[in-house]
Amino acid sequence: MIQMEYYLIISTLMFFIGIYGFITRKNMIAILISLELVLNAVEINFAVFNRYLFPGQLEGMFFTLFGIAITAAETAVALAIIINAYRTIGNIDIKNLSKMKE
Amino acid sequence: MNFSNFLFMEQEIGLVILFVFLFLYDTFCSEKGKQYFQGVAVSLFAAFTVYGFFPLLTGEAFGGMYVSSKLTIFMKNILNVATLIVFLQSNNWLASKETVHRRGEFFTITLVTLLGMYLMISAGNFMMLYIGMETASLPLACLAAFNKYREKSAEAGVKYVLISAFSSGIMLFGLSFLYGGLGSFYFADMAAHLTGSPLVILGFVFFFGGLGFKLSLVPFHLWTADVYEGAPTSVTAYLSVVSKGAAAFALIFALYKVFGPIEVVWHHILWWLSVITITLGNLFAIRQKDIKRFFAFSSISQAGYILLGIIAGTAQGMTATVFYVLVYLFSNLAAFGVIAAVEHYSKGDTRIAAFNGLYKSNPVLAFVMMLAVFSLGGIPPFAGFFSKFLIFMAAADQGQWILVFIALLNTVVSLYYYLLIIKAMFITEGEANAVGRFRTDNYNKVSLWICTIGIFVVGILSVIYEYIGTISFGI
Repeated sequence: MIQMEYYLIISTLMFFIGIYGFITRKNMIAILISLELVLNAVEINFAVFNRYLFPGQLEGMFFTLFGIAITAAETAVALAIIINAYRTIGNIDIKNLSKMKE
Repeated sequence: MNFSNFLFMEQEIGLVILFVFLFLYDTFCSEKGKQYFQGVAVSLFAAFTVYGFFPLLTGEAFGGMYVSSKLTIFMKNILNVATLIVFLQSNNWLASKETVHRRGEFFTITLVTLLGMYLMISAGNFMMLYIGMETASLPLACLAAFNKYREKSAEAGVKYVLISAFSSGIMLFGLSFLYGGLGSFYFADMAAHLTGSPLVILGFVFFFGGLGFKLSLVPFHLWTADVYEGAPTSVTAYLSVVSKGAAAFALIFALYKVFGPIEVVWHHILWWLSVITITLGNLFAIRQKDIKRFFAFSSISQAGYILLGIIAGTAQGMTATVFYVLVYLFSNLAAFGVIAAVEHYSKGDTRIAAFNGLYKSNPVLAFVMMLAVFSLGGIPPFAGFFSKFLIFMAAADQGQWILVFIALLNTVVSLYYYLLIIKAMFITEGEANAVGRFRTDNYNKVSLWICTIGIFVVGILSVIYEYIGTISFGI
């Protein structure tokens, strides 16, 4: 059986790659993809902890299921808002979202 | 399944019924019938708010997932009152040509976010807390982008939705470690097994970071100013009072019910965050030229004061915190009511300079703004003084003298920038194109009356504070 630590290493890597992408990416869709990485890393964590540490219960799995559903909703809303921004601003480069800094 | 559990969720169910009714009304009513929408929606919501003040059932439902106590009901009532005031203030903006056909959406979306905040407050399980938080923050992003054709509003929506998803990701990462260390999501079970093991502390730090975004504490505050400025004024008011209040309540419950045993750990974190939040919020507020941005930073520093009460960790601290949010609601919403009126009649001008000479043209509005600002700053006869005093007392009782001293110094700083607004209204001459004399619409008038009465009465009627004292608890 694969040890738990390997799963945790993968999920932690995914989490921080997601954060790195969230900070450095310039395209809003790419930022959204980075967010997906962050959230999916977390869901791996829940499932793995449940499977290896508490095999008698299902709470972690349930959390994963709810998390997937909510993440999907989040993506839908974020895409809608990005499309709205595209319509008013004209592109989806994050640099153009600095009107209020002036 | 035992359906009697749902009896504990009276307020939630009432809100859902209200939501369904308004949604159907908005969808199927003719154009002619829709002109009464604002009146119907506001009066129904007012009736719902009054309903919350009657004694409701308390207890735990669904095996401890959902908790309803006198305290949670009182907190929900606070949020209800704030939402009602925001609804009243939104009339002018919603009646404008750009938004009038989407008026129903504003109400239904706001009710959904309110439902999410109810679940956050009543949660007895972290899954419930997370679902409530997402139900609250996703529709809020849509509200921030509500003025579809304005660039600023679109920008605010994008920033809010990305940051809130990011923060909930960080919060979940922390939660997963807490689950790994403790093996449960129920507050009671987690508190029973809680130890200061590194895994748990790591989880706590991530979890707290995620919640700090919602509460806009200082290292996590960068979204606040932009979102508050870009969002429509009524939505900004809602964000700064209702959303922030709900986050503060959820934080209190999480810290007191779950993380009580590791108070040593979070005590220091909160200490530093509170100092930085109050100080930086104040310093940045001084140099703002835009009134909504100004109130964004002022609300950041107010969040620091809220932390001050939480740090105390006693029943007194919790009482002071809840009372602080109650007073903050009236003072901040009074200010936002005036801002909404001035913004509407000056064709969207939100600079502080737009308030120049307001006393000459609209003395009553200027007076209300003065009350609000004095109450936010903490000048004695108003409620803001009492709430600040009680918060300081709760912290000082736990021996936090240095913290109280720093907070007091900051109060003086905050008085300076609050007085800048007073100066603009009363002393500076208005510009040639300044807003002239106008009559506020009746909805907004009612809201300003409620706020003014709140500012005067809540501090002086000690019954309210004592009532909160009887229902709150310490670690």
